[in-house]
Amino acid sequence: MSTLVDAAPAPTTPLPRRSRLTAAKRRQYGAAYTLVLPFFIVFVATMIVPLVYAGYLSLYRTRLIGGTSFAGAENYIRALTDPLFLSGVARMAIFLVIQVPIMIALALFFALALDSGMMKLARFSRLAIFVPYAVPGVVATLMWGYLYGPDFGPFAQISRSLGFGPPPFLTQNGMLFSIMNIVNWAFIGYNMIIIYAALRSIPSELYEAARVDGASEPRIALSIKIPAVRPALLLTVIFSVIGTFQLFTEPKLMHTLAPNVIGTAYTPNLYAYNIAFVNQDANYAAALAFLLGIVIMIVSYIVQLTSQRKERLS
Amino acid sequence: MTAADRMSEIASASEELRADLDEAAEPGRNPARKPTSWLLTIFMLISVGYFLVPLFWLVVASTKSNADLFSTFGLWFADFNLFENIRTVLTFQDGVFISWAINSAIYAVVSAVGAAFLSTAAGYAFAKYQFPGKAALFAITLGAIMIPAAALTVPTYLLFARAGLTDTYWAIILPSLATPFGVFLMRVYAADAVDSALIEAARVDGVGELRIFFTVALRLLLPGSVTVLLFSLVATWNNYFLPLIMLNSEEKFPLTVGLALWQSTAAGGSGSRALFSTIITGSLLSIVPLVIAFLFLQRYWQSGLASGGVKT
Repeated sequence: MSTLVDAAPAPTTPLPRRSRLTAAKRRQYGAAYTLVLPFFIVFVATMIVPLVYAGYLSLYRTRLIGGTSFAGAENYIRALTDPLFLSGVARMAIFLVIQVPIMIALALFFALALDSGMMKLARFSRLAIFVPYAVPGVVATLMWGYLYGPDFGPFAQISRSLGFGPPPFLTQNGMLFSIMNIVNWAFIGYNMIIIYAALRSIPSELYEAARVDGASEPRIALSIKIPAVRPALLLTVIFSVIGTFQLFTEPKLMHTLAPNVIGTAYTPNLYAYNIAFVNQDANYAAALAFLLGIVIMIVSYIVQLTSQRKERLS
Repeated sequence: MTAADRMSEIASASEELRADLDEAAEPGRNPARKPTSWLLTIFMLISVGYFLVPLFWLVVASTKSNADLFSTFGLWFADFNLFENIRTVLTFQDGVFISWAINSAIYAVVSAVGAAFLSTAAGYAFAKYQFPGKAALFAITLGAIMIPAAALTVPTYLLFARAGLTDTYWAIILPSLATPFGVFLMRVYAADAVDSALIEAARVDGVGELRIFFTVALRLLLPGSVTVLLFSLVATWNNYFLPLIMLNSEEKFPLTVGLALWQSTAAGGSGSRALFSTIITGSLLSIVPLVIAFLFLQRYWQSGLASGGVKT
């Protein structure tokens, strides 16, 4: 880059002033690249190279007899017809459709309530709702797992003292909802903080006029505040989509509590993990990870498109 | 007094001004005193209960002996055994919990400081410099925000296994250093926090470009950097998937993998039920550092997030 800058202006710019400018510009380019480079080196080494390597691996097969050979799209065709992988993706789609709207709606409601200035203890509430974000997924799952549990979980204790059996938190039907609850508990506060930060930055002139005209607080929230924080909402939705399809920690730990409910392919990520480490099939695991990444990108893209279309319509 | 000294003095003065403005903005934001809605307050406090009750249970359960855990009501105290439990956690299996805690701290602090520094430098360059390839590089960074970290974990493992990096500290730290979202956040933050006129003035005084970054800009960027630092700290401290697959040696485990290991031993039965109170107390100990960090650094991460959430 610097050689280009060196070589080009010399014959065409006789004025010394011009070349001094170029020197300053060159120093600035140098500084900019120096500042950007460390990030990009790590970024390429830990994100791009693994992706390329996984893409390469996914095109091969390894046999005990015969070694490694080119397999073309075989691993991908196998994945797309693998009922275990597909059922995991379908389960996450159900999870997404139920859990994400609940989480974002509650996060939005809490953020609006805190911003309305109409409640006591707002500061305390904000921190208390956010605190679970600092709790590791492992601990959150252990904790809720014990709370759900039939032995010393308080729900089971209460239910037993009333003469009922233990609640069905860890059963075939209840498990998905139990995991949704853990994710909601952990992430509502995080999303609330992002939306709340966006709400705080709306210029108050935008709704002082509406207030003077006698618009109610809920009305202001619906017609002014929510449209104004649309970008922040979109951000939280996309992060949630990415997070949902990657679900791993919660089902992995729940497996120890309910091994019969959570199999090896409960979520796509859990399945890729088991293929890589239990079955020792790196090629197929690479293809699964790749496909999962593609599914996530497609869904996030659809979310963005629908949101843009809605924006145009309104 | 050198030019750089003068610059850093201006920088700290304008930082104080910013802080004053932040303070001043808070009460002025809702000038009309609105009546308190008790319905809303009560509903919110019930919701707060949902978020705090599990943590309350964790504290209560940490004070109980293993027998009381099973025989007394979960949401209230029995005989106070907290210190006994803590001693058990810290001495169980020759004090392996302490090495896990030290590992977690090393992984989290090194990754977070590294990620914050890389993001700050790159974000500042994107915000304050024009250079060939800038648009393309930034577009790549934005696109990378969408790359799901956990879907990347198995590929990263496969690559690191090939390079002989698995079961080392680097296997955890390296993948945690690049945070495209951090770069994006710092670009947005730097655009406002560092006045371009300040940079120009430093240039006129003959201060070198990198010197400007280190002595003038870095200080102004601190609240944003702390935000990235805190969120990377949490992400690494809480990470389970990456260390689970990268590490084989128990003495290199972080707390998350260690606690999960204890849990699978306890749930496996065979007389290991006595472990439950140890796991619960260990869980409580493992969340204390982060909760404290968040409470004390509130002012920083809230103002940092504000700029990120707004301009997306």
